[in-house]
Parts: sequence; structure tokens; C-alpha cells
Amino acid sequence: MQTTARTLRYQPLDLARWVIWGSTALLMAALPVFFTQGFAITLMSQMGVAIIFTLSYNMLLGQSGMLSFGHAVYSGLGAYFAVHTLNLASKGQLWMPVPLLPLVGGLAGAVFGVLFGYVTTKRAGTTFAMITLGIGELVFSCSLMFPDFFGGEGGVTTNRVFGKPFLGITFGPAVQVYYLIAFWCLVSMALMYAWSHTPLGRMANAVRDNPERAEFVGYDTQKVRWYTLIISSFFAGIAGALGVINFEIVTAENVSAVRSGGVLLAAFIGGVGFFFGPIIGACVFVYFVVALSDHTKAWLLYLGMFFMLMVMFAPGGIASLIMMQVQLIARKRFGRIWRQYLAAGASGLLVLAAVILTVEMTYKVSVDSSGGTLMKLFGVEFDAAAAGPWAVAIGLWIVGGWLFNAARKRVAHTYGEIQAEFLQGRP
Amino acid sequence: MEFFVISLLNGVSYGLLLFMLSSGLTLIFSMMGVLNFAHAAFYMVGAYVAYSVGLKIGFFPALFVAPVVVGLLGAAVERYGLRTVHRWGHVAELLFTFGLAYLIEETVKVIWGLAAVPYRVPAALDGHLFTLYSTSFPKLRGFMMLVALLMLLSVWLLLKRTRIGLVIQAALTHPHMAEALGHNVPRVFMLVFGGGCALAGLAGVIGGVAFITEPSMAASVGPIVFVVAVVGGMGSLAGAFLASLLIGVMQTFAIALDWSLAGMLGAIGISVNEATPLYSLWKLQISQVAPVLPYLLLVLMLIFRPKGLLGTRAD
Repeated sequence: MQTTARTLRYQPLDLARWVIWGSTALLMAALPVFFTQGFAITLMSQMGVAIIFTLSYNMLLGQSGMLSFGHAVYSGLGAYFAVHTLNLASKGQLWMPVPLLPLVGGLAGAVFGVLFGYVTTKRAGTTFAMITLGIGELVFSCSLMFPDFFGGEGGVTTNRVFGKPFLGITFGPAVQVYYLIAFWCLVSMALMYAWSHTPLGRMANAVRDNPERAEFVGYDTQKVRWYTLIISSFFAGIAGALGVINFEIVTAENVSAVRSGGVLLAAFIGGVGFFFGPIIGACVFVYFVVALSDHTKAWLLYLGMFFMLMVMFAPGGIASLIMMQVQLIARKRFGRIWRQYLAAGASGLLVLAAVILTVEMTYKVSVDSSGGTLMKLFGVEFDAAAAGPWAVAIGLWIVGGWLFNAARKRVAHTYGEIQAEFLQGRP
Repeated sequence: MEFFVISLLNGVSYGLLLFMLSSGLTLIFSMMGVLNFAHAAFYMVGAYVAYSVGLKIGFFPALFVAPVVVGLLGAAVERYGLRTVHRWGHVAELLFTFGLAYLIEETVKVIWGLAAVPYRVPAALDGHLFTLYSTSFPKLRGFMMLVALLMLLSVWLLLKRTRIGLVIQAALTHPHMAEALGHNVPRVFMLVFGGGCALAGLAGVIGGVAFITEPSMAASVGPIVFVVAVVGGMGSLAGAFLASLLIGVMQTFAIALDWSLAGMLGAIGISVNEATPLYSLWKLQISQVAPVLPYLLLVLMLIFRPKGLLGTRAD
């Protein structure tokens, strides 16, 4: 008999992974073929940048349990270094092709991650949140102090088209910028996913879940948090630099608390518990910011409401809602619940209509009434100051609220029943 | 001397306003462990409600009505929002109040508009209280100090000398024991959250007149209030008082001084001019650095003394 000290390795060919990543790449490549309008291309470019930024944020919040209120510092400073590099390059004082510019932003972000991260990651939890808030405000205040670097009120502008075109690519047309962003987005996504499977990524999860035990096993929790933050700020810097290429301007808003808050909202709405959650969140967030702001002045209010609803009723974000349905479908229970979802959705739409009507009419009457109180909503024109529309709104509130509450209870009941069956071990 | 006394008075009155804000924040934090991100938003609501109510019934009645309205709003938020989120833990609570701050700010924009509202100083408080050397001290500032001190006194009396204060303190340290003794601890929490918000509302009534009542007023004062609460020590009312005065005075003095490193080096014979490397750093005046100082203080404090000036716990 022979004894062997062989390490068991479990390495099946992960077909699903190849299919998912392959189709993601195909989708990103194919999108501009179907959506050719300038608006759609800009929207998709912004989504690509936001995906990198939000995923980098989720390295902190979702995977290491660090709630940061100052993540825009890294993307913003990365963007500033990228814009100055680009300006030097276009003057011919520096060699830096545009496609490699994100590396400059990433490195700048990482350097500040080393610097600020050393301070912030000394502590976890609420104190970490407070220090990041402080650092964020510190950097934002500095942006007004050093107009030479930060460009003061007007920001720093640049031009991404310079030098001779390489293979006909000038980065003038928006489609070319989209493909550059899509490439970096895919690479960053893959790298960040890979990171979550490295020992450091796994330790970050451990430090998030049980810091005392991680410390007891012999890991320095501060170091784990610090290294994670450095890597995260590298990717944030990449996002910042891509934003520079896309918009050709950087202002102090890029390092502001508004930006930091936005990425938190995006990550949380998407769902911090799953890797793909922030991707959904980034797309939804950008859609809110870009598309909805065209239609209504109160878009931030709707976004805030959406966020609050998620915090209160679905703290796992959209991703967790999706995964709940996947479980139901996989175990053949979806057929029992989908009618009730439909009912809840329909009555939810009534409540949504009530919300929109109330908000828009309030806005019209109290703020925007200089040009009369006539307004148009859902293709219907009416007078926001008249009693009729308000009666409709109140009616929608009452009927919709009552129906939705009933539908919600039935969904919760059926869902609970199904979960109970799972617990009893039925297939 | 004149500059010193006037700046000190201004600094103290600004500090007392900060204290009105941070005391509510500190109370809520020490009771419930919730860092209320929306605290400055309640301050703003206080200012706007006082403006709207004041148009009908005048400033002084509004001084009482607005805090009550804001307090009720805060209590409702605790009862129907925060209590639901409580079971998801502290991070969810933090996120909830963070979202609430957004929501309140946007609601204010929808109701009152983006521009500042003309919330003016009432006639009784317009004018000068006294003139020192050649600079006069406005009545409003004096009133601000008076209200803050009265509020400090009444909160202290309420917490230390009344039965309800006793229950609050008991629920603060031993919530389960207080509950076992038959006190409704969730209701105490609601009361404290509402009360803390009412204090912010009161600060808003006065802060709104003293400064500008506009949708960005919450965002401009919010981070500073956090700095005060952290520097003073999370959950310590006395610490918040000390830190408010410290930051108020520091800010007021820093804004008024135009010293710079270049000037100081010039005084000892080292000439710094535009050819010197990092000239933009040397030429910075203290007044330009003023906005950064509170945050610098915050970061330094969290590194070297995380429990704050008078705090008792680090996390």
C-alpha cells in the first residue's frame, strides 16, 4: 500500500461562469448596434463608469463591511490627476495615450488610498463612517483652497482628441469612448470578481462578519481593511479617469459628498450582498439621474423614496429580490405566487401614480406657478390649483393604498407558506 | 482688543447655536445608538415651518409652534420608520437617516422651492443690543445666546430633576431592566427622538433668521454638527457643549484672520514669492483655511482620542 500526500483539488470546468462573462462581453459589444442614438450611447457610457465606481464601493460596504461616506475622494482625485495628465499629454509634454489614462487615475486613487486609508481603516463601524465623512469634507474644502490644482468654481477642462489617430481611432465620436469604457468596465469587473475569491477577499469577508475571530486566528483586521481600501480606491480612480474621458471636465463636485452619497445609494439599491447587485444599482441610479431628471425636477425625491423603501423593506437590494425569485423558480413554486405579484404590482402602480400626482401638483402650485397652474401629466392636461385633480390624488391614495396593502399581505402569506415548506424539507 | 471681544462674542453665539443642534444629536445617539444623519434636515424644516407659520401668527408664537411640529415629525419618523429598520442593525439605521436627509431636503425643495425664502428678523430683535468700542452687537445674537442657555438649562433640569428624565436615563443604560420594570422603552425612544428633533427645530427657527433659509442650509451645517458631536464625545452632552463653543470660537477667529505662512516667514526674514515651490500652500491665509479646520480637528481627534473630549466610549 502506498500513502500519498496528495492535495485534493476541485476544479471542474465552470461552464456557467464562461457563459455569463462571455454573454456580458457580447452584450456590451452589441449594445451600440441596437441603440444608436447619441443619448443612449452617453447613457451607456455613464452606466459603464458608474458600474466600476459602484463595484469598487461595494468592495468596502458589501464585502468588508465598511460604510464609507467619502468614496468620491478617490475617484475625484483620480479624475483630477487624469485630467492634468491628459492636458500635459495634449501639449506634448508627456507621453500618455488616452486608452491608458484610467491607469493614471487608478494609481492616483490608490496612492490616496494608501494615505487616507491608513488613517480611516484604523477603526471600523460607525467611527470609520465618521472619519471617511471628515476626510471627504476635508478634501472638498481643500478643492476651494487650491484653485490652481482643482480649477476653482469652473473646474478643469480638457480635450480627449489630440495627436494622430491610431488605426482610425481618435476618441472623438461617442461610440469610440463607449467601447473604451466598456473595455475597462469589463476588465475591472472581472478583476474585482477575481479579487473577491483571493485570500484577501475572503479575509475581508471574515473581517466583516467577525472581526474578533479574524484577529484571533492571527490576521490584522486593520491591515485587511487597509489593503482592501487601497484596491478599492484604485478601481474608483479608474472610474474617475474614465469619467474625465467621457465628460472632458472635472469640477469640485467630483470629490463632493453628493458624489459619495450617490455611490452609496447606487450600491445599496442594487444590493450589497451579491457581486452583481451594484451593477444593477449603478444602471438604475444612472437611469434615475440622466433620464428621470429630464422629465421632472423632483427626481432626487423619487430616488430618495426608492432608497428609503429599499432600506426599510428590502435591505438586500434589488439583487436579493431577484435571488428570492430564482429560488422559487428553481424549486417550481413560482406558479403559485406570480398572480399575487401581478396584483401587488398593479395596485403598487396606483400608489405610485398617487405619489407622482401629489408631488408634481405640489411642485406646480408652490414653486412653479408663475406661468399659470396648468400642467400635463401622463398626457392629460389639468389645472393643479383646481380641486378635481387633488380629489383624484386622494382617491388614488385611498384605493391604491388599500388594494396594495391587501395584495402585499397575500404575497407575504404565500411566500411564508412556501418558505415553511422549504424548511420542512420538501423538494 | 475690540476685535478680540467682538469675535469672542460672535464665536460664542455661533457656538451656542451649534450646541442647540448637536445636543439633540447627542441625546439621540446616547439613547438609541443612532447617528441621525437627518438631524440638520430637521433643523432646516424648523426654519421653513417657522417662516410659514410666522407669516400668519408672527415670529414669537412660531418659536414655540415650529419645534413642536418638527418634534411630532421626528416622533412619527421614529415610530413608523426607524423602528422598522432597527432590527436590521446600526448600519441600516444609519442608511435610513441618510436617506431621510435626502428625502427631507427634496421635499422642502418641492414645497418651498429652490431659492431662499425671505425669512426676516422680527422688528423686536432688529437692531443693536449694545455697542462695544465702535462695533455694535446685534440683538438677534444676544437672543440666540439666551435661547440656547435656557434650552441647556431646561434639558438639564428635565434629565436630572424629573421622573421622566430618570426613566430616560434608566432606559439609556439598562433598556431591558427598565422594560422589565414596566416602562415602555420603545415609547421613551420615540420621545427622545422627537425631543431631539424638536431641539433641532428650535435651532432652525433662530438659525433660519440669523443666516439664510434655503434648501442647502442643512448640507452646510450638517457636517459641522457631526464634527461637534464627535469631537465632544459621542453621547456626552457636556462634551457637545464644550466642542460647540470651541468650534464656534475657532471658526469665527479663523475667518477674521489673514495671516499666512508666507507672511510669517516674511516677518522672520525669509522671502517667499511666486517662484518658491508650493507657493499656493505658503500664501494661504488662515481665513481661507477656516472651512477645513473643523474637519481637520475631527480627523485628528478620531486618530488620537477616538472617544472625544468628554466621551466615555470609543465606538
